[in-house]
Amino acid sequence: MSDPLLHVEPWVGTRPAQSPRANVRSLLLALAAVMILALISLLIGASDLSLTALFSPQEGERAVQILVVSRIPRTVALILAGMAMAVAGLIMQMLTQNRFVEPSTAGTVESASLGLLIVTLFAPDFPVIGKMLVAAAFALTGTALFLRILRLVPLRSVLTVPLVGIMLGGIISAITTFFAYRFDLMQSLNAWTTGDFSGVLRGRYELLWVTFVLTVMAYAAADRLTLAGMGRDFAINLGLHYRSIVSFGLIIVSMVTATVVVTVGMMPFLGLIVPNVVSMMIGDNMRRALPWVAVMGAGLVLACDVVGRVVYYPYEIPIGTIMGIVGSALFLVLLLKGRERLA
Amino acid sequence: MIEISKVSKAYGDTIVVRDVSLTLPRQGVTSIIGPNGAGKSTLLSMISRLLPMTAGTVTVDGLDVTQTPSDILARRLSILRQDNRVSSRLTVRDLVEFGRYPYSRGRLTAEDRAHAARAIGYLDLEPLADRFLDELSGGQRQRAYVAMVLCQETEYVLFDEPLNNLDMKHAVGMMKLLRRAADDLGRTIVLVLHDINFASCYSDYLVAMRDGAVVHHGTPAQIMTGPVIRAVYDMDVEIQDIRGYRISNYYL
Repeated sequence: MSDPLLHVEPWVGTRPAQSPRANVRSLLLALAAVMILALISLLIGASDLSLTALFSPQEGERAVQILVVSRIPRTVALILAGMAMAVAGLIMQMLTQNRFVEPSTAGTVESASLGLLIVTLFAPDFPVIGKMLVAAAFALTGTALFLRILRLVPLRSVLTVPLVGIMLGGIISAITTFFAYRFDLMQSLNAWTTGDFSGVLRGRYELLWVTFVLTVMAYAAADRLTLAGMGRDFAINLGLHYRSIVSFGLIIVSMVTATVVVTVGMMPFLGLIVPNVVSMMIGDNMRRALPWVAVMGAGLVLACDVVGRVVYYPYEIPIGTIMGIVGSALFLVLLLKGRERLA
Repeated sequence: MIEISKVSKAYGDTIVVRDVSLTLPRQGVTSIIGPNGAGKSTLLSMISRLLPMTAGTVTVDGLDVTQTPSDILARRLSILRQDNRVSSRLTVRDLVEFGRYPYSRGRLTAEDRAHAARAIGYLDLEPLADRFLDELSGGQRQRAYVAMVLCQETEYVLFDEPLNNLDMKHAVGMMKLLRRAADDLGRTIVLVLHDINFASCYSDYLVAMRDGAVVHHGTPAQIMTGPVIRAVYDMDVEIQDIRGYRISNYYL
């Protein structure tokens, strides 16, 4: 062919994207792996619980009791929080068009904690859902402020974006810490910022189902969020109302973050690692990527929780700590491996 | 027909586009030329509702671009900006299929897929269709974006400096392709171009801007003359007739 434009240059890089059917098959495999992790999570813990005990006449009743009151709620909470936080990270990365942004590098978590502190100070008897909504409103304001600052900072490089977010988060959390210290609420503050599932019991985690609804809503809007991830001009060219989709994404992220902070506490790096790994594997088309991010988010949280419960048995290391170690290591690998792509 | 009537754009006291009135013909290739800061890209962004205007109106086939719902306009007019630093990892096929979004709203029909396949074929991207955009060369990526806007099936297709970052081989290829899209597919192509020789050789109509205003418009033969180029660029250039095309030698 003579047209130079029709000349195809040799490819560099990885293998092509999977066919839809192969994608579904591997997703089902990943789902099966997460189920196995969930089963392990159900069976380990400070009090003995084995499958045989469950069905033995003497111990059966006690075992079922443990299962229903403590183990199942905990495992369900892990899965819900893991899914939702990973998806929230993905949405943030789409909205900011930056791979290093997630709720804990955008001031979202810190704003939610501040809101929670204020509502705890002024209305300690508020029902937990009310507290969550106040925290969500603060998270939304803080994240919107972050986006506003981003628009004002000129010539931003890939790394200045999360740096701005971390600085904003630092300022907000300094305010929070000051008041928490003055009013003797440091312990509560610590519970919100360090994820810990050891206190999850029946009746104390159900609010997390809200995050499941939010995740499904995000999936329903997957195409619009993907388009928003291609930038304002692209989105408007294709007839999308850009600002309303950004607002929608921010509301989802803020509500998910607030719910997780109120119920089990924050898990750092989750929203950063999982979407980045999935992006390398199957790309960023959210219609395909979101189920993967949800499944792998749940899997990573379950795995970290199991590790936290096993290494120092019968005591427990909070998942926030484990996630910090695993997450920062994985994140370093991603940074070094994907450097040329991200630059 | 795109009708631009008394359009201005100001940022504070700085006027970027000044009272432009212009009718862009239907069909064929129209290029907007002019020096840096003449307001070419700003004008293109206002035509395509990416940027609000300070004063004036733009209508596309009678539809006011600021009043018409964006999704309806997206079936009539498409725009490709110059700096497409898309950070999402999408495959070429994903990207091109998103060109159907104004029609499908994400639920692709067999017809939408056929359209996308045709656009991919038209730009000869089949071997690359399942590769990610970040694995392509700059020229290949540019072609993928062009496939997307062609797949959008709009009467009007606007490009802001489509030759940016292309070497001369790919630049010529891109211009041939846009010419072909105008001739074979009957699209109306509007370009912002820096290189007046590309504009001269591949356009049916030229619009010359300077300091935010349209100073001349007409056929390449009318615009590519010493006095006009001098009025637009403040430069004396030698213009030659080569095989029926008006080419300026501005290098020396």
